[in-house]
Amino acid sequence: MEPLTWADIIGRMFWQFMPVWIALIVLFAVSAAFKRKLGLYGKLYDSPIGLIGFGLVMFWVFTGIFGQLDLIMTHDPLSQVSGMKNEPPGTAMRNPGEGEYAYYLLGGDNLARDVFSRMVDGAWVVVQIAPLATLFAFMVGITLGLPAGYYGGKLDTLLSFLANLILAFPVILLFYLLVTPEIVETGVPNYMATVLFIFPIIFVGVLLNSRYYTQPKFRTPLLIGVLGVMLWIYLSLISEVGSPVSVLPGIVDLFDIPGGILVVFVSVVFVNSPTVFRIVRGLAMDIKTRDYVAAAQTRGEGPWYIMLWEILPNARGPLIVDFCLRIGYTTILLGTLGFFGLGLPPESPDWGSTINEGRKLLSIYLHPALPPAFALLSLVLGLNLLADGLREESLKD
Amino acid sequence: MGLFILRRTGVMILTALCLTFVVFFMTNLYPNLEKLAKTQGNFRMSDEAVASFLESNGYLQPVAIKYAQWLGVAPGWVREADDGLRGRCVRGTVSAEEMADAPRFCGILQGNWGYSTVFKDDVGSLVSLRLGLTGKLMFFVLILMVPMALIVGVLAGMREGSVTDRSLSTFSIATTATPEYVSGVIFIAVFASSAVGLRWFKGTATAAMENATFENFFLPVLTISLYGMGYIARMTRASMTEVMTAQYIRTARLKGVSFPNIVMKHALRNALIAPFTVIMLQFPWLLNGVVIVETLFNYKGFGWLLVQAAGNNDIELLLAVSVVSVIVVLVTQLISDIGYVFLNPRIRIS
Repeated sequence: MEPLTWADIIGRMFWQFMPVWIALIVLFAVSAAFKRKLGLYGKLYDSPIGLIGFGLVMFWVFTGIFGQLDLIMTHDPLSQVSGMKNEPPGTAMRNPGEGEYAYYLLGGDNLARDVFSRMVDGAWVVVQIAPLATLFAFMVGITLGLPAGYYGGKLDTLLSFLANLILAFPVILLFYLLVTPEIVETGVPNYMATVLFIFPIIFVGVLLNSRYYTQPKFRTPLLIGVLGVMLWIYLSLISEVGSPVSVLPGIVDLFDIPGGILVVFVSVVFVNSPTVFRIVRGLAMDIKTRDYVAAAQTRGEGPWYIMLWEILPNARGPLIVDFCLRIGYTTILLGTLGFFGLGLPPESPDWGSTINEGRKLLSIYLHPALPPAFALLSLVLGLNLLADGLREESLKD
Repeated sequence: MGLFILRRTGVMILTALCLTFVVFFMTNLYPNLEKLAKTQGNFRMSDEAVASFLESNGYLQPVAIKYAQWLGVAPGWVREADDGLRGRCVRGTVSAEEMADAPRFCGILQGNWGYSTVFKDDVGSLVSLRLGLTGKLMFFVLILMVPMALIVGVLAGMREGSVTDRSLSTFSIATTATPEYVSGVIFIAVFASSAVGLRWFKGTATAAMENATFENFFLPVLTISLYGMGYIARMTRASMTEVMTAQYIRTARLKGVSFPNIVMKHALRNALIAPFTVIMLQFPWLLNGVVIVETLFNYKGFGWLLVQAAGNNDIELLLAVSVVSVIVVLVTQLISDIGYVFLNPRIRIS
């Protein structure tokens, strides 16, 4: 068969992304119709820059999800087809099987795998890890940053020193120290996960306890229920049969995180949390001088109630903006890990690894390296534009 | 002021000690030592052979003692081998007389940075050589990045909300969203590969180590500068817009001073205080960029050394690399704080 022309390739790619387009149109139509009732998110629809950013982000989110449901990918991202090694975009398969897609839309990489499918599959790695890792980093940063900013004093000095200590490390050196098979063998990442993942439980526990402290009849069952579920998830998350941290027997262990993913996740959370800590600490120091905090103190509210229910909600604007930016930064960090071949398995389709593989042949073949590079670029750009739009809209009121 | 600098230096030394201890601890975990032994000897060593290699090279002492030896506050280890003595302060196996001549203490306090197991060379000379090469790279990065960022920021902040402002702001957002490994790959693809055919620049910078020309050095410099530029430009824009709404600018305009004159003579100096701090704080970020770009363009500088040291668990080299990078980070923070006070007389450190 003849190879496809560029117009054909673009048309066919557009067609492959059809579920994503439909989902985007539905999302935008529904949100635009109800935008006055949706608060800050609705206001985003008034800012063209924010809207473009949001569109780019949601494009990759839907691509990741539908890619996993097998609606977009044309081939298996790991299967190698003979004769397709380094073939240019639009090459027809030599003898496609029944029901198999007959073309490599963006060509084959140096192991004869489909570049297009790998790019789509790589979106899932990012969509899965980046927001969750950022959320964990925020939990750690908020739980430690609020008391540091609110109380000040020795606690603040100690925590700030620790945060600066981590920040003074070059990120790549830290990755090289944490994310090697030898370190994984010693179990250091598992112990770090044990410490870092406990912060969301502390956060939620203190949050609910300080709110419903005066209604013990309601608070006690609520806390037991919520914390029980979280503790179970926490234990299944950190414990793995055969790893150094194995506290749960295999039967009650809900799910297993593959070792590589856990290490990557932990190191990204670890790198991000000191910066979040510094931001939250600064905001808390600023807000604690306000009148409504003084009023709450006069009413006799406890310190944790003031921190979590007076200070935190009033710091949400900058935190939401930073959350978007930080997801972008986490995406860059994940790419860096892949670029240096750390953590994720070598055949993993994540964008950093594919860029790293593709760059070695860059002077002859462009097509394996460029699609993941542009994918990563557009996602991070989208997150930055979204953050910019949110910042502008939140400053308006 | 003197007291402030003294306190900061104290914190700096404490931080450096903590960080090097962490690095020391991580690199001295047993699986890492085992890997080191296998790369030094051969990969099919038995567990006993690994243990005896580590024992005879002093790796199996307690971490705290090894760390003190590395620092130079504890005497270096001495072991008896079959045909003489081995020790931390001597190379290979020596006789008892030579051992007696060798210094007892040899750590970084004595100026001894140790011996690189990968490069078979003295760490001190290795690091200073590679640091010089990276210094060259950084020098050109700063020459390109700082003026470009300031010009973009000032132009964008001059008239807030104008078309120039919108387009330049979007441009700076785009540069911060492009990590070095993406922009570098795109630049190589467009300007250096035979597939596109422009071939304006070289895709590797290996030749630039001896003889840097525009052709082989521009792409790495541009790649690092672009990522750092966006952030400085946005800071400059923010501080410029703030200054442009100040009372004294309005007064100057009402007096009839021309717009270029207002920008150059009245606004610029005050608007550049904030970006100065940011430029200094960019150094740690640039260090990351340097590692990526040196790997991508095969420029054998400090970042390349870091990757080699970390990839091969070369303990003493890795420690030296982390000491240098920690000092770079902390000294730039200090300079940024002090410089801020000098530039902005309204702030006094008490």
